[in-house]
Amino acid sequence: MSWGLREVTVTRGHTEALAGVTVPVDPAGVTVVVGGDGAGKSTCLQVLAGLLQPSLGTVLRPPKERIGYVPATAGLYADLTVQENLDFSASAYRLSGADYRQRAHTLLEQTGLGPARRRLGGQLSGGMQRKLAVAMALLHAPALLVLDEPTTGVDPVSRAELWRLISAAAADGTAVAVSTTYVNEAARAALVVLLEDGKTAASGTPAQILDGFPGRLGVMDGAERPGPLSWRRGVTWRVWAPEGALPAGARPAAPDFQDAVVAAALARQRPGQGG
Amino acid sequence: MEYLAETHRALRRFGRFTAVSGVDLTVRAGEIVGLLGANGAGKTTLIRLLLGLLPPNEGVIHLFGESPSIGTRRRVGYVPQTLGLYAGLTVRENWDFTAAAFGGAGTPLPEEISAWQGQLVGSLPLGAQRQVAFAVALSHRPELLVLDEPTSGVGPLGSARLWEGIRKAAAAGAGALVTTHNMEEAEQCDRLMIMADGKVVASGTAADITAGHDVTEVRAADWSRAFALLDGSGFRVQLHGTMLRAGARPADISAVLSRARIEATVESVPANLEEAFVAIVARPAPW
Repeated sequence: MSWGLREVTVTRGHTEALAGVTVPVDPAGVTVVVGGDGAGKSTCLQVLAGLLQPSLGTVLRPPKERIGYVPATAGLYADLTVQENLDFSASAYRLSGADYRQRAHTLLEQTGLGPARRRLGGQLSGGMQRKLAVAMALLHAPALLVLDEPTTGVDPVSRAELWRLISAAAADGTAVAVSTTYVNEAARAALVVLLEDGKTAASGTPAQILDGFPGRLGVMDGAERPGPLSWRRGVTWRVWAPEGALPAGARPAAPDFQDAVVAAALARQRPGQGG
Repeated sequence: MEYLAETHRALRRFGRFTAVSGVDLTVRAGEIVGLLGANGAGKTTLIRLLLGLLPPNEGVIHLFGESPSIGTRRRVGYVPQTLGLYAGLTVRENWDFTAAAFGGAGTPLPEEISAWQGQLVGSLPLGAQRQVAFAVALSHRPELLVLDEPTSGVGPLGSARLWEGIRKAAAAGAGALVTTHNMEEAEQCDRLMIMADGKVVASGTAADITAGHDVTEVRAADWSRAFALLDGSGFRVQLHGTMLRAGARPADISAVLSRARIEATVESVPANLEEAFVAIVARPAPW
């Protein structure tokens, strides 16, 4: 791997915020780190961006000035205009002149923020704020772009626009790491790392994670949860049999990526499974 | 009473701006209805009309067969995205407070949240806080649940567990209206309604909504050049690993790629819900 974390552990007091987590982030590719609140996503990305030192393990990253990082909240100045935010970011990266103007112009066009250039950052919608923050992090054409939950709470139209920016950066050769709580966003990734409680529950390409679904999956009806290894999907239950024997009444079904992710998270929580 | 909640040609203006424009919405007992829309589409205004927090300028709003009032409000369980819990109080204190407010003091704490009863709500992980908010909203046995992004910020397993609770309430006869930006969550609903510019632009099951919407999949060894070319040519193209998906006709995509001598396989495939949503509410491209 070019950039990324290799077997990184981050200890806070007596607890491990991350335990031996490996996250490869390759140029011209998007690595998506998926997990819920408290899974360790932000810690992971902070280590990658160089904001946090790991207790153990190796971090490979380009020099600081070649990294673009957007935290989960803010990432822009609410009392500066869109243009002033970009100008400020440019001065921080020592960009100026025609190069900067061209780059800012392209990014304003890509984000659709051109007409909003004179509006204050704080007056933009949530989706527009996230786009501005990502544009600011892309201004200096970083080798590594690190985005912490850029699309949480963002509507699908703005989400598509954000992913267009992210995709364009990857197509341009940038190594991109993105965290999310939305499983369907992981399907956009070249590589997925699923975190659960600071540990890796699954990693690989989306196809590898799906192919690696252990045992069999079934579908059942009924009001009560059929067992601990089952979960709701619409009006039916999904039942997972890691050893392959489905319970009576379960109709075999082909797992999709979402099933594979839930099963991997469940496996991580089962006592005696993994560590 | 056929519907728990019903709006008929509901219209609400703010000054010269029409936030909700002739919306028909129904929620039956036992049914989970998902309300989708970009920010500013009118979802929040519609919910405020339904809860009686805002009167309509035109149209009819019925909750439990009557006009929304304090009386009907008591029969609704509402969980805002911000949860509406007191972070500085324990789980039990939050529970007792709500129970007292609804005249049900002394109601026992449900089993799902009893393990956290002595802990401050603010000290719990978000998934647990969402479980508590949901349990508290159910404490007075509401007939209609109104849930705003019920699993936002929660991981795959936590989301599945929260949906188990929502389904259980529906199976017991409650109706639910769920607003969400998360298409996985939308797919958990029985029926969806998509709003744009204050109007309903699509409704039905997730399958009804995606039906007839296709996208074009592009596989090219030099995917980054293909992406840059298509993106630069004005296609709404999205990267999936090293594969591209665009809401455009295969022939149009092929034409652009072959002019640039980029070898690719191009194929039409059914759109997913998110892609169909974006196509349906597509506003003029900002680029």
